[in-house]
Amino acid sequence: MHSLNLPLKQISKISEIFFVPNGLQCLTPKLRNGYNKRMLPFFRRRSKPTLPDIERERKGPPEGLWFKCDGCGEMLYRSQLEKNLWVCPHCGHHFRIGAGKYKEILLDNKEFDEEIAPNLTSLDPLGFPDYKAKIEKSMRKTGLKEAAIAGVGRIGNRKIVLFITDFGFIGGSMGSVVGEKFYRAARKAIELKVPMIAVTASGGGARMHEGIISLMQMVKTSLGVLEMKEAGIPYIVVLTHPTMGGVMASFASLGDVLIAEPKALLGFAGPRVIRDTIKQELPEGFQRSEFLLEHGMVDMVLNRKELKDTIIRILDILEGN
Amino acid sequence: MGITLLDFEKPIYEIEKRIKELSELIDEHPELKEELEALTKRAELIKKRVYSSLSRWQKVQLARHPDRPHAIDYITGMTDDFIELHGDRLYGDDPSIIAGLAKIEGIKVVIIGQEKGRDVHEKVYRNFGMPHPEGYRKAKRVMKLGERFNLPVVSIVDTPGAYPGIGAEERGQAMAIAENLEFMLGLKTPIVVAVIGEGGSGGALAIAVGDVVLAMEYSIYSVISPEGCAAILWRDGKLAPKAAEALKLTAKDLYELGVIDEIVPEPLGGAHRDHATAINNLKTAILKHLRNLMKLDKNELLKRRHEKYRKIGYFKEE
Repeated sequence: MHSLNLPLKQISKISEIFFVPNGLQCLTPKLRNGYNKRMLPFFRRRSKPTLPDIERERKGPPEGLWFKCDGCGEMLYRSQLEKNLWVCPHCGHHFRIGAGKYKEILLDNKEFDEEIAPNLTSLDPLGFPDYKAKIEKSMRKTGLKEAAIAGVGRIGNRKIVLFITDFGFIGGSMGSVVGEKFYRAARKAIELKVPMIAVTASGGGARMHEGIISLMQMVKTSLGVLEMKEAGIPYIVVLTHPTMGGVMASFASLGDVLIAEPKALLGFAGPRVIRDTIKQELPEGFQRSEFLLEHGMVDMVLNRKELKDTIIRILDILEGN
Repeated sequence: MGITLLDFEKPIYEIEKRIKELSELIDEHPELKEELEALTKRAELIKKRVYSSLSRWQKVQLARHPDRPHAIDYITGMTDDFIELHGDRLYGDDPSIIAGLAKIEGIKVVIIGQEKGRDVHEKVYRNFGMPHPEGYRKAKRVMKLGERFNLPVVSIVDTPGAYPGIGAEERGQAMAIAENLEFMLGLKTPIVVAVIGEGGSGGALAIAVGDVVLAMEYSIYSVISPEGCAAILWRDGKLAPKAAEALKLTAKDLYELGVIDEIVPEPLGGAHRDHATAINNLKTAILKHLRNLMKLDKNELLKRRHEKYRKIGYFKEE
């Protein structure tokens, strides 16, 4: 055991102490956690909570009464977590939640007073393989008609337009419906002269299945933002895990104020694409909210519990001047 | 420059080689004239047949053909007195986007172009035409200059995509693209965009918002590369030809989908076989649209531009 001579702080991986082929990547995540827990409680304590891997992570809040936190591995009780807005009380891991939950968290009445374009549904302009089936499956799974909901509601008794994308619906990707809905939401905010808030979650950005038409939605949503700016409408964006690609490269980046949830993956190109291109490992915390804050790309990183109050305070200053 | 031949170009190349050989002999052997004529006719026929039935994947290969005219060739060929401007005034100068002032047949413009580079050395220098945020910010700065001095913008698109790298993300690749979209939508001067080869997703779009978007006949423009699409859908990049069919990314598809305004014809066999004709065709198209757009009042111009993008989308509402 050569490794026993190493100073403790240099040991960051189990594979440095015991010979494990290919690090621990050979084990399933479940086994890996178990391995950590049973075999090396001493070292486990030293390890930082790992960042969730977007590929393997669950798509929505976990099911069942008890489950393990994706961040720290602690056992959590469902109702306790729900009260905590799906933020782990031990490590602060923000569980991914759907658009409906953000609506409940942000709006005074937990519901839209008026929904915007609720009946927009996708067509299949390219006749893309399996697209229709994918939409139907997503509809059944999420109970939504598309990857975004929008409506007029109240926050701190202030009328606003709220637009939210849902990762559970084809990765929160933007096709014609998401683009159109965002644009109409922006127009509604202009018409009512009220602020707009967008909460984003999108794995791939523009939806591949609608090809170039999806790409053009980046322009359409940016037009919505431009028109809001010209009309003096405050526009706040809450970036949640993950917001990438064409969504990040259009309306998600164009807010007057950009708020990010902790450790959300935010950027243009996906980490895997970058790794494959530059053929080297990416730095720790790369493309996470804190990284963007450090590089001047977002205004603040906020715990989900602070979102509503902070938005109210910001609007209080920006609005009605 | 060595000739790069795509598979479907080989029969054409063979027959053209034969024509060339024969025409060299023709002075000494006038009796070959008939055969030469027949062969020339046959060559035309084959070319027409091959190029009228290209699959989407074959068009992708043409769009990426290494001998195709690049932005630099179009800029040199179309403009007089091109003055290149460098740098984004924030971080650096990105050689994968060329920007500057120029005249096209006396019309003063600012011109932007994505350049992939020709030889190995230049390809590395140009980062294979994959811009960093500073490239997009340089483009934005120069377009703003155009607006101030009432110069229309000509933007030439040819990129595999925005560069996926650490520095690019650190400096806000997504922000740079998003800001350009908003900026170009609001720019109070005519914008003519020309896709000349590859229009690689957001990396292309960031300089491709315009009043008129043109596409060369064998250019492509897509939300994702066929290889990337195949890797996601079928976990196999080798199925790219199938993905190319699904993505509907050729100039003809784009026109039918209402995403581009005009297809600019290429010489038979593709732009790489006759740079001068390709460049001249694009120049003619750009001039026509510039002249039309410059007649419009600024408010009318923006109104039309916005209306155009507002309309793009396919959905139903019950």
